[in-house]
Amino acid sequence: MTEFIKQHRLFAVYTALVILLVLVAIFAPQLAPQDPFDGNMRNVLQQPSDEHIFGTDKLGRDTFSRIICGTQTSLFMTICVVVLLAIVGGVVGVVSGYFGGKVEMILMRIADMMLAFPGVVLAIAIAGILGGSIVNTILALLAVGWAKYARLVRSLVIKLRHNDYIIAAQVNGTKTINILWRHILPNILPMIVITGAMDIGTMMMEIAGLSFLGFGAQPPTPEWGLMLNEGRQYIQTAPWLMIYPGAAIFVVVAIFNLWGDALRDVLDPRHDS
Amino acid sequence: MKRLIHRATQMLVTLLGVSFITFCLAYLAPGDPVAMLLESADTIVSEEVLEKTRAELGLDKPFLVQYGNWLAGALQGDMGMSYSAKKPVTEKLSEGFVGTLLLAFVTIVFVLLISLPLGIWSAVRQNEWPDYVVRFFAFIGVSMPSFWLGLMLLYVFGLKLGWFPIASSTITAKGIVLPALTLAIYQSTKYVRQVRTVILDELHQDYVIGARARGLSESTILWKHVLPNAVLPLITLLGMSIGWLLGGVAVIEIVFSWPGIGNMAVRAIMMRDYPLIEGFVLWIAIVYMVINFLVDLSYTWLDPKLRRGEQH
Repeated sequence: MTEFIKQHRLFAVYTALVILLVLVAIFAPQLAPQDPFDGNMRNVLQQPSDEHIFGTDKLGRDTFSRIICGTQTSLFMTICVVVLLAIVGGVVGVVSGYFGGKVEMILMRIADMMLAFPGVVLAIAIAGILGGSIVNTILALLAVGWAKYARLVRSLVIKLRHNDYIIAAQVNGTKTINILWRHILPNILPMIVITGAMDIGTMMMEIAGLSFLGFGAQPPTPEWGLMLNEGRQYIQTAPWLMIYPGAAIFVVVAIFNLWGDALRDVLDPRHDS
Repeated sequence: MKRLIHRATQMLVTLLGVSFITFCLAYLAPGDPVAMLLESADTIVSEEVLEKTRAELGLDKPFLVQYGNWLAGALQGDMGMSYSAKKPVTEKLSEGFVGTLLLAFVTIVFVLLISLPLGIWSAVRQNEWPDYVVRFFAFIGVSMPSFWLGLMLLYVFGLKLGWFPIASSTITAKGIVLPALTLAIYQSTKYVRQVRTVILDELHQDYVIGARARGLSESTILWKHVLPNAVLPLITLLGMSIGWLLGGVAVIEIVFSWPGIGNMAVRAIMMRDYPLIEGFVLWIAIVYMVINFLVDLSYTWLDPKLRRGEQH
């Protein structure tokens, strides 16, 4: 363990930061100094002060508390999207790569169709038409993103399929499900994890973007994109309402991007950076 | 030729698929566009009027018939009427597209002005301070949400310094600077890295060593030999971001109230103006594919190896 940390110092530092963020997200309600939903009309649009270090919004809610609780919303949505992407893309990729045939052709035609179209536009259309909500945002990003993972997994599986040890397992009469589970999955998992980890930052920004347009989380949910959208109207009188939520997105996305890069270097040493 | 036909069929299938998905979504979505349309003026509308309007708009027909009718119209260049603007969808689309096209053009100019010099500088002085500075800013840019960058620029240059208008609902020369700059900074963070990688790759080629051995000056090598070779990979990248920009960068257009196609699409979604949304998605699909196709063609045209390869 200590040996590993010594060898991958940067990765260890970034992992510690990521763990810290996850802890903040989990314990957000306890950490927030004030209730993020509790407005006080006597405290509307207060400047940052000792009591409210990031000021208050149009309903007198404490911005700092809302940003802390926003970590929970943001992290939860992002992790849902990335995990579901990996699962859906992984299953489609394994099925089409291992079994081939007509199923592969149809699935890959659909994947090509999705890849030949700007994802953000489709995500906006899907989330917008279905109506803004946390679930619909996750669905929209899933609908747009699975094709990339399916393509990646399929190409990995095709490379593996013709290896001698897989053929040996087939000849020995190993059940297909066991081959997939014991021989294919462990070999493709590192690449899926790397891709997923490197996508966390991007997904987080897209989620915030959708909420900013009003097609994501709905008020009064504390969500950074939504807070920016609400704060935008007060750019003249209360700039802190747009400065801090945006800074929160920036810092968290930066940490996850650094962590993703470091994770790739650890799991895939052949990749030259 | 065979490749062309293959590409064309693939494009057609994608267009059909994408339009079908949007149509399905609109059909299944909650909210009644007819009620939205008629009740916008705070009046309560009787069920009879609703039924009559539905029949007029063809919304009472079964789903596949509706899709078939729409497709037949779209093939003839008629994408129906926008519910909210009471104008043909094609007219609304072309209105919005002017703004988006202008914004995309200015953005690309900014992107090239920012990323080419920085990328080249950082490659030539690899692992020295200019390289570190450029790479640091590229990293910061990648993690920064574009709409926040836009808001901050708006706050500093629009509000505090007053150099640029805060909102420009019409197309003006001053109004285009901030949105284009925001998009360009955001895009440049990707380009700078790419330019740097491409130039570094070229600098390590044998012909560069050869040129140095012949005593050519470093600047001649860079400008006459390295840069022309670096053009090809950059064209793909440029093509991709032109496609992305012409898709209407809704978030930035909203931040700066820029009258583009993305801004229009977001409003159409909020008003449940389905013909306009469907027209928008189809339009984006077409633009995106045409540009990908052009990028492919430019490859064959610019790369002598590929050009000769086709004649065999």
